[in-house]
Amino acid sequence: MWIYEDAILDSRRFEDASSSVAVMSYIRGAWPLLGGRSGVCRCLHRNQLSSSSSSVVLQSRCTDVFQNLALEDWIDANVDLQQRSVLLLWRNHPAVVIGRHQNPWTECDLTAVRRMGIPLARRRSGGGTVFHDLGNLNLTFFTSKKAYDRKRNLKVITDALRSTAPGLDVHATDRLDILLNGRYKISGTASRLSRKSSYHHCTLLHSADRSALSTVLRPSCPGIVSNATPSVPSPVANLLDHAPMLQWEELVDVLVRQYNTEFGFSAVSAFVDPADESAFPGISRAAAELRSWDWTFGKTPKFSVQTVLDLTDKESAVRSSAHLNMEVKHGFVNSCKLFVPDDWLPPHLSAALANALVGERFCRRRASVCVAAVVCDSGDLRGRLRRLSDAVLSVMS
Amino acid sequence: MAAVTRGSFTALRRLLTQQYRRRCFRPHGFRSERPLLLLSNNRCLQTLQCRTLHTTMVSRGPVVQFKLSDIGEGIMEVTVKEWYVKEGDRVSQFDSICEVQSDKASVTITSRYDGVIKKLYYDVDATALVGKPLVDIETESNSEVIQEEDVVETPAMAREEHTHQEIKGHKTQATPAVRRLAMENNIKLSEVVGTGKDGRILKEDILNFLAKQTGAILPPTPVHEIHTPGPAQVSAAARLASTSVAIKAPPTTTARAIFTGKDITEPLTGFHKAMVKTMTAALKIPHFGYCDEVDLSRLVTLREELKPAAGHRGVKLSYMPFFIKAVSLGLLHYPILNASMDEGCQNITYKASHNIGVAMDTSQGLLVPNLKNVQLLSVFDIALELNRLQVLGSKGQLGTSDLTGGTFTLSNIGSVSPLQTHLFM
Repeated sequence: MWIYEDAILDSRRFEDASSSVAVMSYIRGAWPLLGGRSGVCRCLHRNQLSSSSSSVVLQSRCTDVFQNLALEDWIDANVDLQQRSVLLLWRNHPAVVIGRHQNPWTECDLTAVRRMGIPLARRRSGGGTVFHDLGNLNLTFFTSKKAYDRKRNLKVITDALRSTAPGLDVHATDRLDILLNGRYKISGTASRLSRKSSYHHCTLLHSADRSALSTVLRPSCPGIVSNATPSVPSPVANLLDHAPMLQWEELVDVLVRQYNTEFGFSAVSAFVDPADESAFPGISRAAAELRSWDWTFGKTPKFSVQTVLDLTDKESAVRSSAHLNMEVKHGFVNSCKLFVPDDWLPPHLSAALANALVGERFCRRRASVCVAAVVCDSGDLRGRLRRLSDAVLSVMS
Repeated sequence: MAAVTRGSFTALRRLLTQQYRRRCFRPHGFRSERPLLLLSNNRCLQTLQCRTLHTTMVSRGPVVQFKLSDIGEGIMEVTVKEWYVKEGDRVSQFDSICEVQSDKASVTITSRYDGVIKKLYYDVDATALVGKPLVDIETESNSEVIQEEDVVETPAMAREEHTHQEIKGHKTQATPAVRRLAMENNIKLSEVVGTGKDGRILKEDILNFLAKQTGAILPPTPVHEIHTPGPAQVSAAARLASTSVAIKAPPTTTARAIFTGKDITEPLTGFHKAMVKTMTAALKIPHFGYCDEVDLSRLVTLREELKPAAGHRGVKLSYMPFFIKAVSLGLLHYPILNASMDEGCQNITYKASHNIGVAMDTSQGLLVPNLKNVQLLSVFDIALELNRLQVLGSKGQLGTSDLTGGTFTLSNIGSVSPLQTHLFM
């Protein structure tokens, strides 16, 4: 086994190289070594169920959520996972990541997210919304579809944690969460299956900022009716609070070691830079697609907004209200109906306002431009129309 | 570094599958109707043409029920989340059909057949059962039912062996019809550049490959004389072809490009609709055009003197603030220019505030935010406010109050700079 420890130690030299290209060629150079030995190695390990005979462990240098998600896509599309598996370890600067079929307006407070300068990303796997930051470790297990086994991947994590902090009460649930002390969630799972390959990724809360989490993960708008995948909120905890001696580097090491033990690999760990187009051709385009509005918001399953707008006049304290019924498809307003009392505002004006919004993005800034033109030429009723338009815009974010 | 790069690319190629570049990034980029290539004067191509015609004439094959295959982990049902196809669409093998979700796993279901979608069994958000039919596909008569594993491509000719075909996991994607076509013409699929999804080789690619060969080496010849040239022959032929005159190039071998672009009609959406409305309304009032040249040498000098002082206070001083202030001073003398008419041109309202709008080209298109009450502002205040609006405009963050209430507008033609231009009101 000491040969493999050397190989793992050797990979640390590449921290200075900073070139993923150099790392990839190192991996190529290492294959014969691993191929030759793995036969000897395998008979020493009890688990021989994995179809891949070898694996590689990659750690991403980048902390940009879009680059890292693009790296996952790149590996899924370009590495032949029938013969080998890959484990990718990564973390991001603060970001909100929603699942493939979720609705960003219900999952997070978009105004707060924008104000705090936190990016919002939609990943390609299913599942719920997570808050990423530098204290949250992400693990992605890439395998062929045949070798897809999420419970076994989570076992790697729980075994690793128990081996380094023996008293720690961690176990995986049927929902594929990992709970600490039976109630605090420290890990959530999501996965993606394609024609031949699969990946399963999960988070691991080491030392995340929990206050930011709770500020951001709440709905932006009232009244959304949708069939998008909902998130199931859970109380969370940081590993560091319960195992103070477990530092980040040690956590990563023990996970890699347990991964090798569980699957009978002798995987070399290497750093990669997902921003390196020469090592990962096509990755910039993938990251650009993930950043685009069309992907992040345009992929939202269709939903409707049904809410009551308060039109109370602050000066006269005359109470008034209107109903808003809006259908949003692919992130665009498909239809909009405003039910306003006729004596408060003539129907043709509220209809004009509603029509102005149709065909535009469900976005407050864009909508305010459309609405400005209608409010402009409404004469005496401008004040009321403005109040109505402000109420409608406050629903959008 | 170059050596390392080359070496690593060899490593990468070993790791690569044929699903390179186009996979996953455009899940619903399946092919539309394949254009018929019109080629003549070449016996082999004529034979091919017949074959091409035959297959694209959609000779009806059996309608196959494509069942939802096992997802793994004992999962028996999934939710359909998004369809990438609809009834009547043509799909190829490996095209994405739909996205389903089960228990935090998002799964892309790809087609196993070439053909036309005849029926979708589920709506979005419905529960689909594993093992039950998902879609009906009317397959083409010569497409075979493909097993789960990809067929590993065998070389068309045994005598030449290309090393990259021996690498495990390398699969050239092509339908059986295409493979047969290649085999009959002694073409190795590995030499053909696939232009289909995932680098898949299509019939057109085979035909183009053949066309290139005949054009470069020989005048059009029957099929049995075409052979795969070695590298030396190709370069010699290329040199020959380039030195000979254009008449040598047979007219038939360049496939006539068939333009499949379509006109796209879409409704005018919110923002653009609003601008059309505003600009059309402007045409209803009386127009007056006047142009003049003004010597601004003294202004230029003044601005040069004031620019550093403004810069210290964090303001970019262009000529616009001066013009805006000049307009406001002018409006004090001629208030009728700061007036507006009502709908039927019956009444005229002399506006008290000079809210001067400045036309801006932003990411959202042409916008006209305005500076409020310029009559009360100094040139420096105007510059500050203008900066603020420009920053907001570039970020697409101009608000309703910035965009409404304008009484007079300035358009800076700038680099377009004709000496005379019509006023846009």
